[in-house]
Amino acid sequence: MNTTFKLVDFSCRAVEKVDLDLSGGQCLGLTGPSGTGKSLLLRALADLDPHAGQMLLDGVASTRMPAPQWRRQVGLLPAESAWWFDAVGDHFDPPPPPWLERLGFDAQAMAWQVSHLSSGERQRLALLRMLAQEPRVMLLDEPTANLDPKNITRVEGLLDDVRRELRPVLLWVSHDLDQLRRRCDSILVLEGRRLTPLVEGAAIGDRPGEVPTP
Amino acid sequence: MSVIALSPLDLSLAGALVVVLAIISRSMRLQLGRQLLVAAVRTTVQLLLIGLVLKALFGHVHPGWVALMACVMLLAAGREVMSRQKRRFTGAWSFGLGTLSMFVSSFAITVLALVVIISPQPWYEPQYAIPLLGMLLGNTMNGISIGMDRLTASAWDQRTLIEGRLMLGQTWRQAIAGLRNESIRSGLIPIVNAMMAAGLVSLPGMMTGQILGGSPPMEAVKYQILIMFLIAGGTGLGTMTAVWLGSRRLFDERQRLRLDRLRKG
Repeated sequence: MNTTFKLVDFSCRAVEKVDLDLSGGQCLGLTGPSGTGKSLLLRALADLDPHAGQMLLDGVASTRMPAPQWRRQVGLLPAESAWWFDAVGDHFDPPPPPWLERLGFDAQAMAWQVSHLSSGERQRLALLRMLAQEPRVMLLDEPTANLDPKNITRVEGLLDDVRRELRPVLLWVSHDLDQLRRRCDSILVLEGRRLTPLVEGAAIGDRPGEVPTP
Repeated sequence: MSVIALSPLDLSLAGALVVVLAIISRSMRLQLGRQLLVAAVRTTVQLLLIGLVLKALFGHVHPGWVALMACVMLLAAGREVMSRQKRRFTGAWSFGLGTLSMFVSSFAITVLALVVIISPQPWYEPQYAIPLLGMLLGNTMNGISIGMDRLTASAWDQRTLIEGRLMLGQTWRQAIAGLRNESIRSGLIPIVNAMMAAGLVSLPGMMTGQILGGSPPMEAVKYQILIMFLIAGGTGLGTMTAVWLGSRRLFDERQRLRLDRLRKG
């Protein structure tokens, strides 16, 4: 069955009365000036912040299932990942997917100490940790922000495969418009609590309040 | 054996020590002189007042008066717990959580000790009930305020970790379990240490008081052992209750971490 992710009359601190209808395999890019609440929107979608209106996954409202179950299916990859055990592997439950090599690690990585990780390693391992849960919706907050070009290619390639194999709904937040154009089917701009389609050629955030309209 | 009564002069001599300390601290600019004097005066006035109250209470043994006294003590302890929190719950929760936990633990254990163990006649005999409750409240108060303070402060500091766990689909219980256990542990450590050190390093105040008051040492020791056990039970129970309720309050019905329910104390 193809996944569907729907927002109906959805409001939170970042947006007001948004309707959205996404289906599995689709990748939606989200951009906008800093501080407009892109991360807040993703938090609300993962039900970590309160919201008004409805979120539906495969037609089932978020309120109809326990919050942990919702969050396992609507996975959020935050810009700053959190680690609470000493060893990397202890954070993986279920065990890591067979994609370690794809991101430039070998099996040894599971035994590494979290405190010795670089910020880029943390980010890539956090992505793997989320992918391991095989969520139906993946909310990616700047997933390549701390990565060098080689690793950006790796991550983008892996996400491409995941998209084809698991067919999740992808919501990709980035400041890098080129990346969003490469990877996403459509791009929305978040500004002034509204989501509007990106108009090519229009500058983003130059004139606050005057969001380009489609 | 009778007690050697202390004269006002005796107390003034001891009080002079505090005055000297205040003068020294003033010359060292510790900013403590005023506080020291206020604290010394408060100790004197509060204890004299409680002496009068206890005298009246012992003269008129009635459950109503004992209950009233117990309530006043409980509310004062609840206020104290609240004022010691660096980050406290908003609204009535801060006061309510601490007071409820102390009520559950201290009152239950005091009644248990009075009815089942000591059995004075009547069981609410203020000479036993009030000091027992006072000691239990004082100690559970410490445990609860340390435990709650630790819980709220570390939840505040470790927000990213807690929410990182929630994001992966863990329940609020899993997400807070580590902090909760740490908080309960830190609330219980003082009483564990006190039991370890009792008799070796420290002679507990109650026992010393009883011995000074002329009781045979072995009787005083037996009472002290009883009190230690009661305090350990009360502190454990109270701290667990408070930290459990507090950690529940940190999350809402959708298991979101709600740090907006905390404010700076």
